[in-house]
Amino acid sequence: MKPFKILAFIVLVLAASLPLSGQARNLELPDTVMLDQLVHLYEGAEFDHEYHTEIVDDCTGCHHHSVGIPTTNGKCAKCHSSEDVLDNVACVDCHAVEPFSADYLSKKEADKDAYHQDIPGLKAAYHLNCLNCHIEAGGPEGCEDCHERTELGNAFYRSGSYAPKGDKPGSAH
Amino acid sequence: MEKITRRKFISVSLGGAAAGAFVLSGKAQGAGNFTGYPEGMGVLVDLTRCIGCRTCEAACNREQGLPEPALPFDDTSVFDQEFHGGQKRRTDENAFTVVNRYDQAEGGPVYRKIQCNHCNEPACLTSCFVNAYTKTKEGAVIYNSKVCVGCRMCMTACPFRIPAYAYSSATNPVIRKCIFCYDTRLKYGKPPACIDACPQGVLTFGHRKNLVKIAHERIRANSDLYVDYVYGEDEVGGTAWMYLSGVPFEEVDFDVTMQKKPILNNAQDFLSQVPMVLAIWPALFLGFHRLSTRGEEDGDENSNLSNREESQS
Repeated sequence: MKPFKILAFIVLVLAASLPLSGQARNLELPDTVMLDQLVHLYEGAEFDHEYHTEIVDDCTGCHHHSVGIPTTNGKCAKCHSSEDVLDNVACVDCHAVEPFSADYLSKKEADKDAYHQDIPGLKAAYHLNCLNCHIEAGGPEGCEDCHERTELGNAFYRSGSYAPKGDKPGSAH
Repeated sequence: MEKITRRKFISVSLGGAAAGAFVLSGKAQGAGNFTGYPEGMGVLVDLTRCIGCRTCEAACNREQGLPEPALPFDDTSVFDQEFHGGQKRRTDENAFTVVNRYDQAEGGPVYRKIQCNHCNEPACLTSCFVNAYTKTKEGAVIYNSKVCVGCRMCMTACPFRIPAYAYSSATNPVIRKCIFCYDTRLKYGKPPACIDACPQGVLTFGHRKNLVKIAHERIRANSDLYVDYVYGEDEVGGTAWMYLSGVPFEEVDFDVTMQKKPILNNAQDFLSQVPMVLAIWPALFLGFHRLSTRGEEDGDENSNLSNREESQS
């Protein structure tokens, strides 16, 4: 191994062992998170969690109040000012995979005391949060910039090898 | 025919009037106060979230087994299409939902999804003389194309110009439109295909009465983001599909002059007269006829008599 590579390795190990200032305390951060809810249409998207922790100052933008950092959003802070790390910090712990199933809807309606009646589903939460931030921060915006479309996806969108052939007249209007 | 007396004429007329009044009062109580089935489902469409990916169109096409589109569903050139009078795309017999783009002077474009709004009191239903339409308790406005005679009255009646006619079909030209995925999903308690497919949470599915609350809550919590109006809450008596927008609704082609009362109410005053007219007028005019011709008949008999007398003499 060349001296340069050894040095680089040592620097990396040291950097990884440093406490992340102001960031989620007492938590083991995942390097990547596989987002594969849309796997029938798109390949899973490998979310580079480590990279995002480096470029984003505020974990609460994604994790709201769950990782022990008081939220900066004034509205949320009225209730969520605690510095406790919640048991559930993953998106899916609060954002339902099937937010409109009869089961979920009736459960939600039965819980009249719940303040948050309008929680986006998991897929919506990802896209609303990720895409809006990407648009603001100049990140990638195209669907396939994050997840490649599968053949099933092409069939669904009638695209690629499933694209309509021939000169069909358009809409009758 | 039995000879009509004045007493009989009056009693028949009064009977008809009473029957007419009874039907009239029944109608008056029924229409206008219906605010939708209590367990009816609905959809809240949040225009501020839509990115124009057209995934809902693709999902609808697959779920409803619609024919191949002219262009792929990921082709955004359809947003530039213009039809006569500068119209944007509309629903047709092969596309029960379409998304249109509205470019804004400031900020990104606004996208608007169109499909049947599933009115609480559908004008298509009341206009249909073969009773092809049904408003289900789940909130869907569905139709039985087997009894559709193709009169296209519902196309004229719909304030949102949704029902489309399968003009291209030589053998089975019927009305076609979004049915809230009733047959395959809604009646089993599942949301329509477009809602499951939407990646952006534009479409929120739930009980309509809850969606109204959610809509106003969303406006209250983000007053800088939304126009303070829920389109469809009251329009034409309320619709199952309702809309939130960040730009004035008229700028994205919503008809903001839409009446708040059901379309049926417009015809109600006229229609409520029909039973009365049918019950009373025949008796009334028959009475007039009999009264006015009685003299003539008598005169005829008299003249016959006098003729006979003349011939005898």
